[in-house]
Amino acid sequence: MERNVCLIAGGMSEWGVREASLRDMFQEAGKACFEDNPAVTNKDVDGLIVASAYTERCSFQTHLAPLVAEYLGIKPKSICARVELLCASGSSGIILAYGLIKAGIADVVMVAGGEKLYMPQKWEVFYSELASVDHDWDGAQGLGLPPPAFAMVAKQHMKLYGTTEEQLALVSVKNRRNGLNNPRGHFRQPIDLQTAMTARPIVPPLKLYDCCPVTDGCAAVILACEEKAKDLTDRPLVYIRGTGQATLNNMSANMPNWTTWEALKVAAQKAYADAGVKPGDIDVAQTHDCFTISEIIEYEDLGFCEKGEGGLFIQEGKSDFGGQVPVNTDGGLLSCGHPFGGTGIRQAIEIMKQLQGRAVRQVEGARIGLTHNLSGFIAAHTVIIYGRDKD
Amino acid sequence: MGFEKFGRVSFTAQTKVAGFVEQLEKGEVAASRCTRCGARYFPPRADCYQCLGGEVVFEPVRGTGRLISFTTANYAPTGFEADVPYTLALADFDGLKVFGRMSREVPPQELAVGLAVNLAVVRLPDGQLTYEFIKA
Ligand SMILES: [Zn+2]
Repeated sequence: MERNVCLIAGGMSEWGVREASLRDMFQEAGKACFEDNPAVTNKDVDGLIVASAYTERCSFQTHLAPLVAEYLGIKPKSICARVELLCASGSSGIILAYGLIKAGIADVVMVAGGEKLYMPQKWEVFYSELASVDHDWDGAQGLGLPPPAFAMVAKQHMKLYGTTEEQLALVSVKNRRNGLNNPRGHFRQPIDLQTAMTARPIVPPLKLYDCCPVTDGCAAVILACEEKAKDLTDRPLVYIRGTGQATLNNMSANMPNWTTWEALKVAAQKAYADAGVKPGDIDVAQTHDCFTISEIIEYEDLGFCEKGEGGLFIQEGKSDFGGQVPVNTDGGLLSCGHPFGGTGIRQAIEIMKQLQGRAVRQVEGARIGLTHNLSGFIAAHTVIIYGRDKD
Repeated sequence: MGFEKFGRVSFTAQTKVAGFVEQLEKGEVAASRCTRCGARYFPPRADCYQCLGGEVVFEPVRGTGRLISFTTANYAPTGFEADVPYTLALADFDGLKVFGRMSREVPPQELAVGLAVNLAVVRLPDGQLTYEFIKA
């Protein structure tokens, strides 16, 4: 019999440029997760999924899940493994944990994810990024992951739909404002439109504040079957209602469409169908704002607005507090940073807190939340829908 | 072996499509065509996922392509630092999409979506072989 699955705890290490090892930060995140919900302890956890992409290259460490288990005092018996889908490793871990619990293979699973990207080998990431595109063909031409690819996307979106550089900048202004009081985020300073518009170009039309930073950090959540969740938290239950993960290409040249992310639409439609909800039902969303243009396209392809109207959506405040659907309420990647394996888990934590009414910046009465994680050369998309109600 | 000669920086020496480099030596940028069903692939592949055929031949990507998008990189991954700034572009050659570098000969102000381009084989000073887009 399929079971309902709930999110019952979540915590993060401090995110930023850290003088700490990967294991230090996994331990910080695990500690923060258990502190978040004292009703659940490491003895209640029967499974562990670890999400990390560059662990071998940046920390020279494989077989990571047993290491994290050891450091957190978890003795897994249902699952103990690592999952990798680059920037969406974290949400991939959540989908796998969800499936295992739903099927009765596991009862209480921690999903912990994160990266050590700076120090002592800060520049390692600029080598490893070549492994993240199609290495032999795209990498051989000098295509790193961000930002050139997203600059190409932005240029096309501007040409096709009239999206402006100011609309791009407004996304970073909003997300910096949202991240202002986030105690764990990488950047906690606001920026104004003028600052964003006059920042140095990275790859035109993208400027400094259009791009998320490279970040060290880890995050962890605990998922439990509904029966256990009732015993393991005093807070309102937050259910996973639907999931979708889709890919239609890996290599840059095979992307079906640069400004309409077809795989995102596929993943979103699957998640909406699972959850029995429509885009208009989403009260709060965390989307993958690796670049400002990404968030604008995500409004469109998640169905929050019509195709081509993403620029207007931000300009008219529809993705801000008080608008149609507040997006990246904890600051998103633009404020919090992006330690690949940690990002999807950070998004889940923010949605859990929003639906439990205890977020730093709360969307009043939020009952349905969505996370979206993008990975690779805009090559895979992962969407998860959470709800205060089980159906 | 042989494939290590492809690219500004090479990552792979052994591949079943190393014949791509032999084609570059002859001055051609080659796609693969499945001899069973005719499906064409760029970059070339050794097997066809459409009919599951395993026999492919190399065929030059000829004619004029149209620029789909382009961008200039002001910073680069490890190994490409000396090249910056460089322009990466995507062009459509009669349904085959080709990703690559734009020739430095093309003035930046002439770059535009829809620009007609041809492919040219380039031998780099260190002997590596690659291809780039030139104005048609
Ligand atoms: Zn075939």
